[in-house]
Amino acid sequence: MRFEHPATFNPIDQLKVIGHPTSRIEGPLKTTGTAPYAYERHNVVANQAYGYVVGSAIGKGRIGAIDLDAAKAAPGVLAIVTADNAGKLGKGERNAAPLLGGPEIAHYHQAVAVVVAGTFEQARAAAQLVRIDYVKGDGKFDLAAERDSVSVPDPKIGGPADTAVGDFASAFAAAPVQLDATYTTPDQGHAMMEPHASIAAWDGDKLTVWTSNQMIAWGAEDMAKTLGIPRENVRLVSPYIGGGFGGKLFLRADVLLAALGARAAGRPVKVALQRPLMFNNTTHRPATIQRIRIGAERDGKITAIGHESWSGNVSEGEPDMAVSQTRLLYAGANRMTATRLAALDLPEGNAMRAPGEASGMMALEIAIDELADKLGIDPVALRIANDTQVDPEHPQRHFSQRQLVQCLNEGAARFGWSKRNAKPGQVRDGRWLVGMGVAAAFRNNLVTKSAARVRLDQQGRVTVETDMTDIGTGSYTIIAQTAAEMMGVPLEKVTVRLGDSDFPVSCGSGGQWGGNNSTAGVYAACTKLRETIAQKLGFNSAEALFADGVVRSGNRSVPLGQAAGAGDLAAEDAIEYGDLAKTYQQSTFGAHFVEVGVDADTAEIRVRRMLAVCAAGRILNPKAARSQVIGAMTMGVGAALMEDLVVDKRHGLFVNHDLAGYEVPVHADIPHQDMIFLDETDPISSPMKAKGVAELGICGVAAAVANAVHNATGVRVREYPITLDKLLEALDID
Amino acid sequence: MRSFSYERATSPGDAAAAAVGIANAKFIAGGTNLLDLMKLEIETPAHLIDVNDLALDRIDETADGGLRIGALVRNTDLAADRRVRRGYGVLSRALLAGASGQLRNKATTAGNLLQRTRCPYFYDTNLPCNKRTPGSGCAAIGGFSRQHAVVGASDACIATHPSDMAVAMRALDAVVETVRPDGTTRNIPIAELHRLPDDSPEIETALQPGELITSVTLPKPIGGTQAYRKVRDRASYAFALVSVAAIVQPDGSGRVALGGVAHKPWRIEAAEAELPDGAKAVTARLFADAKPTRDNAYKLPLAERTLTAVLREARA
Ligand SMILES: Cc1cc2nc3c(=O)[nH]c(=O)nc-3n(C[C@H](O)[C@H](O)[C@H](O)COP(=O)(O)OP(=O)(O)OC[C@H]3O[C@@H](n4cnc5c(N)ncnc54)[C@H](O)[C@@H]3O)c2cc1C
Ligand code: SF4
Repeated sequence: MRFEHPATFNPIDQLKVIGHPTSRIEGPLKTTGTAPYAYERHNVVANQAYGYVVGSAIGKGRIGAIDLDAAKAAPGVLAIVTADNAGKLGKGERNAAPLLGGPEIAHYHQAVAVVVAGTFEQARAAAQLVRIDYVKGDGKFDLAAERDSVSVPDPKIGGPADTAVGDFASAFAAAPVQLDATYTTPDQGHAMMEPHASIAAWDGDKLTVWTSNQMIAWGAEDMAKTLGIPRENVRLVSPYIGGGFGGKLFLRADVLLAALGARAAGRPVKVALQRPLMFNNTTHRPATIQRIRIGAERDGKITAIGHESWSGNVSEGEPDMAVSQTRLLYAGANRMTATRLAALDLPEGNAMRAPGEASGMMALEIAIDELADKLGIDPVALRIANDTQVDPEHPQRHFSQRQLVQCLNEGAARFGWSKRNAKPGQVRDGRWLVGMGVAAAFRNNLVTKSAARVRLDQQGRVTVETDMTDIGTGSYTIIAQTAAEMMGVPLEKVTVRLGDSDFPVSCGSGGQWGGNNSTAGVYAACTKLRETIAQKLGFNSAEALFADGVVRSGNRSVPLGQAAGAGDLAAEDAIEYGDLAKTYQQSTFGAHFVEVGVDADTAEIRVRRMLAVCAAGRILNPKAARSQVIGAMTMGVGAALMEDLVVDKRHGLFVNHDLAGYEVPVHADIPHQDMIFLDETDPISSPMKAKGVAELGICGVAAAVANAVHNATGVRVREYPITLDKLLEALDID
Repeated sequence: MRSFSYERATSPGDAAAAAVGIANAKFIAGGTNLLDLMKLEIETPAHLIDVNDLALDRIDETADGGLRIGALVRNTDLAADRRVRRGYGVLSRALLAGASGQLRNKATTAGNLLQRTRCPYFYDTNLPCNKRTPGSGCAAIGGFSRQHAVVGASDACIATHPSDMAVAMRALDAVVETVRPDGTTRNIPIAELHRLPDDSPEIETALQPGELITSVTLPKPIGGTQAYRKVRDRASYAFALVSVAAIVQPDGSGRVALGGVAHKPWRIEAAEAELPDGAKAVTARLFADAKPTRDNAYKLPLAERTLTAVLREARA
């Protein structure tokens, strides 16, 4: 099904099932511990052995010599795979550093060996007997130090390295009010609960991997490419995923090493990346240095806006596109952005929840707060004054929907923004200095092809199959809701099967594109199935009504199951998009309001309450969507206050590589948290009229926290995370 | 993790004797620290002596009105004990500020005292660490040292002792009771239990090989307002950047011990004489010999400010 024109009325608009806050249909499996996650799939194949990964002990250099004798002789060891004996390996389209290193080492904890043994304990013990002599090289690990020796990248996504509209330099110079500030964001880890984990089994030259991956088709394709085997010989199965946040978008070392280990050992092998490896072995959100310049009239109207960003990556890695939202968020005739990339030898930087957008908004939305300060204008009002309903670089391009102003106004009213004292450091509640902050939330809606297969059986049961994944987001549920709405059956009559490369290729989960596109794909397949059913029954498919488990046309009505007849009826289709994403700018918007307390003595910062108001197209399932936004807000608080993969610039690694050292928020950090959705349907996005939700929630949160800290204390911290040591000096002791 | 042999000891004396009978043996109590370290091969005992059956899980009153806390009393039980809450509030508060509910259910009194540092370099066997591998160097010096010691450290090691409970016990003048492999017992004042790193940071306590902690005694309650204030980056489940255990008497005298600043709970009795003059005077004495790094210099003002807050609240 091609989607070329804005959607008109369609069966989804009935909202009998869609739009309801349905609990997760797979929820009971998860709460009872019976959802089969990759590492625990003990029954899918017999005779599973265990692989334990050895990570490089240096950040840059090469392996001089490896001595495997002691490890090989250890009890239970079946095989050890290193680059020496792995055979020729290719590299996945989406991998920068090789997943199996040696002799060259690209980054710390790059996998250099997998030890396979009969038990996990044997594999682990033997792995620690692998002796490697390294020849250390000179690595570059310090982004700030490399800032002057950067290159102009050619980004694959997120726009060109340089953009310019009007004459930024003159307009900025001429502006009566100017802001010029530099912000830094640190490297951040996905730190999801479930580590990367895979079980691989060979049957002749055919490989099956039960794994935990957000993008099945990418994974299967890159696996085939890395191993140099035909794509059709690889099957990836990933029905349950314990969090990904972008860390599981790509083929990672667990999949490759399980496959290589299984081939070497001649039996199935399971591999989970050890927690300490996860931060340096896999990908992370790269650190940025961002300079923002804004020129404005005294009435607050922005006349010039410029955003430059520096990030680093391994060779073949991409820059963080922190400037992307600045191109679209606020009006202003003169604009520029620049993205520069430093060659670093740290682990590979790549997508993490709202890649580019999240880090860019961390800086931009402080800058707007600073500008509001300089102008003496309320930061909500300043944002409203600079709203634009068109793409500021291409004014003929309208936003399909843009309710930023409504989000700000609604949020301000609900949060009690009018009670904020614009003068910082004035409000006190016992030992706490109290402040409020606001920031816009803004994340684009991405449309991409997505396919599904739908089957109807004699009992009237509808089964959906697509390689779409559920990374904790609620995909199972919204897909079931979509099929139930389309086929006119209750939710219980729908079975959803996900995450298998044998199923039609979906959009996968990432970039907050999963919900809208995967359900639109199911919509397409269901539309086709409805036609097939109507035809079979001799109905005019345009007139056939599917409701209450029956198909009706005129005065004829047939139970769905009966329509299936003896065999199942199946239909497969994909949603494919025309030019609407080019003609219109499709985006989601929100406003974050945060109140913090800063301890007047210790400068400890605690969020007291937070509210997000979001407008993101049709909300397919308000309960699941709310959970996504709440989770994203929490992650944004982490980014604001604690998350920091600390670089040891001598040894070239992230030092705090476990969950005791890399802190993320706990419940006690955020006592009151709420979010609401504004009513919105976006017929330009897809037949579902929905858009992405899950990444919108993180965009801007950290800045809202930073702005609240400023309002509480008068201290402007431009280097994330905002930890107490950065406030202490500036706070008067009482 | 290396393979190891295992036994369950049935009496304290046997446990201590067994610990020197087999080379490279270690006691295991709750295992919440030791097992993590074994998995990473930071600790590599050849033999584990499980002390959970030693019947050391009671809290009894002593003849002089104090308490004897068995080495195996769980942190949760100790924090909740009525007598502890009434007479030793600082201890109860310190315990509850530590780790998580699940961990406290498992963690024991002796294990808590003997838990090892949280220096991130100690946890990565690829990197130099004198405490883990004597003579290899100290990666924290010149590296990431935001949470490290500001006082009492050495050129060999700048790690801190991470326990909250121990800081309160130091303020309470607790005494550690032990049995040695030869069957003799002794009492070690808590001030003497933990060592400063000097040039042998791998030796962390005054315990001799095989010496088993059997209990910790607290003297008779001394009253006063008892506070434990733990400053950290998130509201719970994080180690202290700085913590203050304080007992303040109505006459303004009192005791102060700090956590998160040194290789041991940091208390200098002489500094307490300055209490009537306020926190600044006290911390000036406590940190007279401080040598912070660039990363952790904030701990000095933070400690002073935290103590200021504690004293203000205690006197309110
Ligand atoms: C994620 C996490 C967070 C934590 N947060 C905090 C915190 O915020 N504050 C805090 O204070 N602590 C914290 N802890 C540490 C926790 O308090 C300790 O792990 C616990 O107290 C150790 O007790 P255990 O009984 O489990 O000791 P074990 O792990 O069994 O033993 C620890 C050591 O003590 C020795 N030992 C045990 N019993 C005896 C004995 N009777 N005699 C002689 N030697 C003995 C063992 O040989 C071993 O060397 C945290 C731990 C974790 C894992
Ligand atoms: S501070 Fe101590 S524990 Fe940390 S690396 Fe140095 S020697 Fe090791």
